[in-house]
Amino acid sequence: MTMIFGVPLQALMGQLLVGLINGSFYALLSLGLAIIFGLLRVINFAHGAQYMLGAFAALLLLTVGGVNYWFALILAPLIVGLFAAVIERTMLSRLYKLDPLYGLLFTFGLALAIEGTFRYFYGASGKPYAPPPQLTGAVNLGFMFLPVYRGWVVIASLAVCIASWVLIEKTKLGAYLRAATENPVLVQAFGVNVPLLLTLTYALGAGLAAFAGVLAAPVYQVSPLMGSNLIIIVFAVVVVGGMGSILGAIVTGYLLGVVEGLTKVFYPEASNIVIFVIMAIVLILRPAGLFGKEA
Amino acid sequence: MHKILLTTAVMAVPAMAEVSDGKVKIGILNDQSGVYADFGGKNSVEAAKMAIEDFGGKVLDAPIELVSADHQNKPDIASNIARQWYDTDQVDTIMDLTTSSVGLAVQALSLDKKKITINTGAATTDLTGKACTPYGFHWAYDTHMLAVGTGGALVKEGGDSWFFLTADYAFGYSLEEQTSNVVKEHGGTVVGTVRHPLATTDFSSFLLQAQSSGAKVIGLANAGLDTQNAIKQAAEFGITAGGQKLAALLFSIAEVHGLGVEAAQGLTLTESFYWNRNPESAAFGKRFFERTGAMPNMVHAGTYSAVTQYLKAVQAAGTDETEAVAKKLHEMPVDDVFAQGGKVGPNGRLIKDAYLMEVKAPADVKEDWDYYKVLATIPGDQAFLDPAKSGCPLVK
Repeated sequence: MTMIFGVPLQALMGQLLVGLINGSFYALLSLGLAIIFGLLRVINFAHGAQYMLGAFAALLLLTVGGVNYWFALILAPLIVGLFAAVIERTMLSRLYKLDPLYGLLFTFGLALAIEGTFRYFYGASGKPYAPPPQLTGAVNLGFMFLPVYRGWVVIASLAVCIASWVLIEKTKLGAYLRAATENPVLVQAFGVNVPLLLTLTYALGAGLAAFAGVLAAPVYQVSPLMGSNLIIIVFAVVVVGGMGSILGAIVTGYLLGVVEGLTKVFYPEASNIVIFVIMAIVLILRPAGLFGKEA
Repeated sequence: MHKILLTTAVMAVPAMAEVSDGKVKIGILNDQSGVYADFGGKNSVEAAKMAIEDFGGKVLDAPIELVSADHQNKPDIASNIARQWYDTDQVDTIMDLTTSSVGLAVQALSLDKKKITINTGAATTDLTGKACTPYGFHWAYDTHMLAVGTGGALVKEGGDSWFFLTADYAFGYSLEEQTSNVVKEHGGTVVGTVRHPLATTDFSSFLLQAQSSGAKVIGLANAGLDTQNAIKQAAEFGITAGGQKLAALLFSIAEVHGLGVEAAQGLTLTESFYWNRNPESAAFGKRFFERTGAMPNMVHAGTYSAVTQYLKAVQAAGTDETEAVAKKLHEMPVDDVFAQGGKVGPNGRLIKDAYLMEVKAPADVKEDWDYYKVLATIPGDQAFLDPAKSGCPLVK
């Protein structure tokens, strides 16, 4: 058997794939964060809570409404997006004129309130969500046993990441969005409804988080804590990728997922800090992040 | 004449004066928001309330008060709260203390402050081993009980090679080490181990390592949400279907409920309490359920017992002074819904029976929370270390 640093090649291949799966979640979540920060200049600390809301929306749709996974995949992001739009319109939009710190504090408080509410009703353990029957089982790839569902996670998240990138970088709506962040007053003068654009952006970002939440529901226990366990890592991903850089968030998400996966093989104890070590190094060498524009 | 009157007056005062600050104040300090919030959490506080109400709300004519706080599984936060409780809030004793690192920190602090702790939530045997104190008690369970119960049972069934998935802190090490010892004593081998950080969401890397090790049993030396996620993901990667058995070394009915019997069925686990074991425990369980919406696990029932026993000890000692109450706690037998014929060792360990359980298949579950089949009763002297061999310096 071929060995690399004392680890069998087969095991290494398996870990690379697992890293890619986790990277899919990081990419989806950091993409939403990057879009919101890039366009609204809000550091959305409620992102983890919105991810958790997505998973719970799927769970409630199933248990209360009998709505299956595939419809939940579309409905849950819409519900969470709508909720986010209401929050943005009624509360967050009032903070745009103030120091960005207020937005951060507000979303942080919001996250605590949402998580606390769900913890009250569901406890820390939460509830299980079964994977859709079409995607159960696993395929033997020779070097590892790949659960079909995890394969689907990689494909679905890649597709959504690419679609979001195209939407923002290649379409007219995206062009408006980007223009509105550069100079909102000028864009408004051209007759574009900038506040509406910002609401849509926040809803889109939250919807992406909810989408990741639905994807995660069959893999992880649906628990009020699922978001807060992940959010800090996702912030690190965004910082490494470059604040507000959409492509950076996607690429770094997958990259750091793989790095973390490899750390779990070579030195498992460090697996929860390796991302932050990388963040520190990147901040020293390239303060704007790997894909960020030097301001 | 005057002299006699005066003496009588002085002698009449003590009953009240012997209770410091005119009240007995119990603190419940545990994780109320993190991975162990269901294991102990706010339901443990409710169990303490129940115990106080059942006791009548008063001891030696002094009112009994209860305070609680969330230590977030951080020893520094826990120590700060404990210090404040002792120094300014007149708290007489602290209980629950989930998480071994917290339990050890607060027990050491309480020795300095000369206060009693009765730990129901933490697992490490160090509490009544090398770190034992004259005022520290360990009530509900410990890593030795879990290792002997679950580890011993599985090796006897033929699970003689083990791979450990261990939470990377004091509790995980302690549980892994003791289970390894039990496995080896029964002629089994440990083929590997991997340590994961507390509150890991994705276990797939670790599970793949466990899978490729070829071990017959994968021992989960972790707890709470970590164990739930590991079990769920093990099913996903075909580990259980592939013939490897999972041993959830610390898993209580609260986590079984959260995970669902569908995923948890067939798991072997050890608890020192099961609500549906006999009519008394069922009656207690149902009363607890009416208040909390959940059946009690061994931590909740243990906290109920600890509070009750502490109050009985205060009553028997006629004071809430630490030295006297600790003496009574060491001497008095423990007989309540949680422990029958329980006794406390000189190292502070409550010695009582534990139960080896199997999670039923969904079809066999007759009512909600009716999850366990009791496979065996493990007598107290087997479940817990002999105090003389515990390594506690107080035991000569």
